[in-house]
Amino acid sequence: MESSTKTTVFKAVGVTKSYQMGEVRVDALKGVDLELFSGEFIVLLGPSGSGKSTLLNILGGLDSPTSGQVFYGDQELTAWTDAELTRYRRHHVGFVFQFYNLIPSLTAKENVALITDIAESPMPPVEALKLVDLEKRKDHFPAQLSGGEQQRVAIARAIAKRPEVLLCDEPTGALDVHTGILVLEAIARVNRELGTTTAVITHNAVIAQMADRVIHLSDGRVGTIEHNATRKSPSDLEW
Amino acid sequence: MWMLDRKLLRDLLHISTQAIAIALVMAAGVAMFNMSLCALESLSSSRAEYYRKYRFADVFSSAKRVPKTMVSRIEAIPGVSSIAPRIVSGVSLDVAGMNEPAAGLFISLPDFHRPALNDVYLISGRMVDPDQPDEVLASKSFVEAHNLKSGDHFLAIINGKRQRLQIVGVALSPEYVIQIRPGSLLPDHKRFGVFWMCERQMAAAFDMEGAFNDVSLGLERGANEDDVIAQLDELLEPYGSVGAYGRDRQTSHSYISDEIRQLTAMAWVAPTIFLAVAAFLLNVVIARIIGLQREQIAALKAFGYSNVAVGWHYLKMVFVIASVGAVLGVIFGYLLGINLTRMYAEMYQFPYFRVRLSPLVVVSSIFISLAASAFGAVNSVLKAVQLPPAEAMRPEPPAKFRPSFVERAGIGRILPQMVRMLIRQLERKPIKAITAIIGIGMAVAILMLGSFSLDAIRFIMNVQFRVAQRQQVMVALIEASEPQVVHAFRHQPGVTAVQPFRAVATRIEHGHRSRRIGVMGLAPQPDLFRLLDTHQQQINLPSHGLVINDKLADLLELKKGDTATVHVLEGKRPIVELVVSDVVSEYGGLNAYMHIDEINRLTHEGKTYSGAFLAVDHDQLDALYAQLKETPRVASVTIKDAALKGFEDTIAENILTMRTFNILFSVIIAFGVVYNSARISLSEQSRDLATMRVMGFTQGEVATILLGELAILTLLAIPVGWVIGYGLAALFVMGLDTEIYRIPLVIDRSTYVAAAIVVMVAAFLSALIVQRQIRKLDLIGVLKTKE
Repeated sequence: MESSTKTTVFKAVGVTKSYQMGEVRVDALKGVDLELFSGEFIVLLGPSGSGKSTLLNILGGLDSPTSGQVFYGDQELTAWTDAELTRYRRHHVGFVFQFYNLIPSLTAKENVALITDIAESPMPPVEALKLVDLEKRKDHFPAQLSGGEQQRVAIARAIAKRPEVLLCDEPTGALDVHTGILVLEAIARVNRELGTTTAVITHNAVIAQMADRVIHLSDGRVGTIEHNATRKSPSDLEW
Repeated sequence: MWMLDRKLLRDLLHISTQAIAIALVMAAGVAMFNMSLCALESLSSSRAEYYRKYRFADVFSSAKRVPKTMVSRIEAIPGVSSIAPRIVSGVSLDVAGMNEPAAGLFISLPDFHRPALNDVYLISGRMVDPDQPDEVLASKSFVEAHNLKSGDHFLAIINGKRQRLQIVGVALSPEYVIQIRPGSLLPDHKRFGVFWMCERQMAAAFDMEGAFNDVSLGLERGANEDDVIAQLDELLEPYGSVGAYGRDRQTSHSYISDEIRQLTAMAWVAPTIFLAVAAFLLNVVIARIIGLQREQIAALKAFGYSNVAVGWHYLKMVFVIASVGAVLGVIFGYLLGINLTRMYAEMYQFPYFRVRLSPLVVVSSIFISLAASAFGAVNSVLKAVQLPPAEAMRPEPPAKFRPSFVERAGIGRILPQMVRMLIRQLERKPIKAITAIIGIGMAVAILMLGSFSLDAIRFIMNVQFRVAQRQQVMVALIEASEPQVVHAFRHQPGVTAVQPFRAVATRIEHGHRSRRIGVMGLAPQPDLFRLLDTHQQQINLPSHGLVINDKLADLLELKKGDTATVHVLEGKRPIVELVVSDVVSEYGGLNAYMHIDEINRLTHEGKTYSGAFLAVDHDQLDALYAQLKETPRVASVTIKDAALKGFEDTIAENILTMRTFNILFSVIIAFGVVYNSARISLSEQSRDLATMRVMGFTQGEVATILLGELAILTLLAIPVGWVIGYGLAALFVMGLDTEIYRIPLVIDRSTYVAAAIVVMVAAFLSALIVQRQIRKLDLIGVLKTKE
């Protein structure tokens, strides 16, 4: 897939981020320049502490950089107010987290409905669950679901609003290989069928074979960027 | 339903016990508020209606004998709208079934029309017939106390003659909503009653034809009461007036006004405490919930829920709890209000008592509880709202621990590991520990507040009726008489000592302040009726000068050594300057004392006595009563033990009822605070506790850590509660300081102990519940999840 023919979704210029963690100062990003394009599947690869999550949080409007600029389309994300960022997340971004972050007091369907309640043109919650093959478990509470199932509910919840971008932070990090594959298949299917620009964070190099592009991060900086000629299906990945 | 609301509902169900505990604390406060205001409104509106319909007078005055020709002159005083001249006289009664004589206050009714002021409300029977010499209306409380009814007879000693009277009707009057014999502190319905007789018969019986000795005035709207009083005094002075007064000095009126003041105080003080505790509990619980839901909040915000939506979500949780509390509180408050109003209806003689609770009170109590709860939660909710989502995603930085103060002080090594953990827990969150201590302390304080009034009243009773007043009987004569009359009492059956007294009506002035007071002349070293200083030591009456009690000293701004102007309102009505030679401590009324010879000198009436205190051999009391009933000059006989017993029966019962509520309410507070503290500690430490269980600690050992913390908090809270309770009692005492009575700040040791015990029991009960939850700790589940 040739990036030059595609529209730019995200553009990051000289992004740095440092924050205080208890008594320790962490320089998570030390000057990142990056572009993501519409419809592509990106894997951000790097060891833990390389700044992947921080970068993803900034792209998703959860966090703001200490310095540098981030553009979403032709708009400067970094110039937005908190309210504008909230609106941006509400209508344009879907998140999947490593620990699912489902609301334990709501069922699978209700967790999805939590988002469709506030989205502009969402799909019905059950349809979203169908996309991740979980419509049969729609009335189960998170505590009644396995980790893989919970993560798939989280994916359904993320894509039910039909977001422009899907951001996944170590979506398989807490899962075994088998359930991890199911989760990755769900993500790949969303990217394929809905054309959602998808960025997945992982420290697992195997997953990188699914991507159009693989961006290597280490120590808060972008290293090499690889293009995969062919994307492997999750079930073909060799663990 | 919005998914967030569904989450809200399930979250609430999850913390239901805690939520109920908080709602109950809130309900207790709202209930107190509604109860007090309900009783207050019922009392004041019933009173207002009664006063209006039965034309309660504005100004009252009495004199010796005023010719009726004065009526038109009094009526001409600017500002006077109506006038009711009448004959009022004290009478000794002989009622079947009672050994001792009772006192009756006889009031005349116009022969052919209803009185212009202070009309009577006829409960049963009929009005008196002016042609029948022996008919009276009797007050309801007296009739009930003696099981009398219309048609029954009793004997009265009128002007020295025994006369058989018939009760033709039972009545009430706005003037005697509470019937207290002049000079007495407490009502005694068996021994004091009010009676109405028609004017013609009364004038004949008391030699008052063409005259009256008492007058009530109604004032026009906007009239100046002080001016009217001054002019009335001027008109009546030649006729032996002892000075007019307004409603504020009218006994019945001022008793109820005191009660209304107390209710107003109660309506605000106790609910404020309860709502503050509830707000504090909500603060703690919501802070914990938000702490536990950090990641949920982050997720919600990541998905685009706005700050307002997230904040409102948690505020709604608070409001649901507060609303449940408020609604329960309004319902219970109304029920308790009915109860309290009923208690008042028994104590006070109103023809009707309407229970009233205005919507405004209900709405404002709900609003106040919502506001208090929002106030309690706002801090945590704001924190939740401000939490940047990315930060919320990260786990909370691990809690910082360091060796505790106790360990640093060097005694740590001798403490077992468990105790050290426990102390570190407490030290890590000092604010939380302190607020929990204050919360539990409040429960102790409320218990003390509910019980101490009984201690104080017992103390007053003991000082007043055993240390100061050692007589069994006080006899008052119809008018001041020569000494032989009093000395004759010495020969009555059983009398072992006689102490004469001379009472004289005066107005005491100091600067622009003045009060109408009966000055009591006593023997210099009284044996029976003693004057006490603040340490309950007897003081002697100096031969010159005035001894006044502390409240009168306060009101007139007099202190020892000052000079007061005393207007004697009897005899030749001299005006003298007297030095205040001492101030005595008393708990009731406004009183002044002088050497009996000095009083006699002032009045220029020679040596006369108004009555005597008698010490009586207990076995011979009945014989003495029988004799006194036959003694024509005796106006009234006051029996100390009877007064005390009457008190125990009425007031003590009411206080006990209130105390039961207080115990209930403070158990709710203690339980609410202890349970919530325990529950939160459990959720904060569940991971650690489960880890310990996995490592092989027993359930008992794990429970020790958690419940030990509670035990320490409770034990620390008790002395704190004692201090708060003492402070609240002091405030309460200040609020009750009136001219009618003062309550001393006396708290028995047993009250402190009882408050501590009740709170410890409440703490123990909540510990039991929490212990059951420790048993249910999911060991593996807790370890598997991310913190």
